[in-house]
Amino acid sequence: MSTPYYVSPEQIRQDKEDFVRRGIAQAKEVVVLEYRDGLLMVAENPRKTTFKISEIYDRIALAAAGRIAEYEILRVAGIRESEVKGFRYYREDVTAKWLTNLYSQHMGAVAQAWDAKPLEIELLVCEVGTTDAPANSELRNNQIYHIAFDGIYSEEEKYAVIGGRATAITEILEQRYTDGLEVAAALQLITDTFRTVEADAEDNYEITPQTIEVTCLEQTVERRKFRRLSTDEVTTLLGF
Amino acid sequence: MLDLSDYGNSDFFQILKRRHPELLATLNSSDTTASRNVPEASFRPYEGTTVLAVVYDSGVVMAGDRQATEGYQIGERRIQKVYPVDRHSAIAVAGAAGPCIEMAKLFQVEVEFYEKTEGISLSLEGQANFLSHLVRSNLGLAMQGLIVLPLFAGYDLKRQRGRIFKYDAVGGRYEEDDYHAIGSGGKDARTTLKKRYTPEISRQNALEIVAEALWDAADEDIATGGPDLVRKIFPTLYTVTQEGVTEVPEATVEGLYRDLISRL
Repeated sequence: MSTPYYVSPEQIRQDKEDFVRRGIAQAKEVVVLEYRDGLLMVAENPRKTTFKISEIYDRIALAAAGRIAEYEILRVAGIRESEVKGFRYYREDVTAKWLTNLYSQHMGAVAQAWDAKPLEIELLVCEVGTTDAPANSELRNNQIYHIAFDGIYSEEEKYAVIGGRATAITEILEQRYTDGLEVAAALQLITDTFRTVEADAEDNYEITPQTIEVTCLEQTVERRKFRRLSTDEVTTLLGF
Repeated sequence: MLDLSDYGNSDFFQILKRRHPELLATLNSSDTTASRNVPEASFRPYEGTTVLAVVYDSGVVMAGDRQATEGYQIGERRIQKVYPVDRHSAIAVAGAAGPCIEMAKLFQVEVEFYEKTEGISLSLEGQANFLSHLVRSNLGLAMQGLIVLPLFAGYDLKRQRGRIFKYDAVGGRYEEDDYHAIGSGGKDARTTLKKRYTPEISRQNALEIVAEALWDAADEDIATGGPDLVRKIFPTLYTVTQEGVTEVPEATVEGLYRDLISRL
């Protein structure tokens, strides 16, 4: 019987991380940003039916950077688990924190399995507060969770970015972000940021209403707070 | 742990049946012997209803009274019998209140689950057909007297008109072209609608005849509640049009009844 090669655990972890980082480095960015009426989520995505941001449950949305096929299966599983939980208990009992833990466990298990390829995705789980709750109620809070490929997650405030140039975009947002932006101003800020970052990378790079996917979670809407903005709406907001 | 095995299955009812059958105890009961031994008089579910739907020129109105009856007693004065399903459909239920509300809730989740997983709304006809399966799955309970009969209505975006579907206890699905009413006061409401309905009726006229039909049903049927001017409880009315499902504001409904009473 042949002796298997010894590879140290650190080496295995590092290899997997390098592998995923190379994949994510290619991925287009998704930005989530708190604005006056909720959370605005924008992705660079010219496609019309394959989305990177989608509705999970009443107040919860999921955004991903990386392989769309790997994200898709997690998206549907998240909707299913949320609906079952909401049906069993109450719709308010479905929370982003709970969903983040589910995803985190799964992604962690896949990343640690010796015979499986880690998922080449990063996720943002977003939950918007509701305005019809009392002023100090936790139901009013917006929440953003960032989950890395290995299931390690962190809670973000005000804004979060995933994708290849996430660090560069975050640096710009740190300088330019202000609280309580109107939706048009928030969208303008995100598209400006995309332009600034991409201008260094690609020639003839254009951000137009056709090349971005714009969605929001609106605090003021009843129950289903997720909305996908049409190209016409985006055009109006950006004043093209 | 996240289970990824049901990918591609957009049928929430089927997922519950297979993975969480305990959540469907009343809707999916095959155990007919247990409750057959319960003497009939010892257990009375809330029941008694009039719910109705009327097609008008730009959509459909759906309405229901607010009373639930427990034998000869009033069980509940402000129960809801009409529920929005998605942006273009609504369901009204008649029968035993518990299973009725559960069916309406499950149906709403089913349609929304389909929409979110598939990324496109289930067609109105698809929704109507799926509801037949839910009614049929309740047959065991229906045989024991816990019947649930829905009335389903919506705005068909492809055909650009309001449509109404009624059901029988074994899941048979039938379409009505202009109006329908079900429940213990359904027949009385239908009589009023038959006399007052005209094709291509306007929204305002549709709301008026709906209010009148519910008034007549409450007048004749002991299990249907009329407008309660003292407690300010009025029937629920929803309109479904191309723009979506909208509840008619309570003040408007009160106005309809004050007009109606002044004309009596």
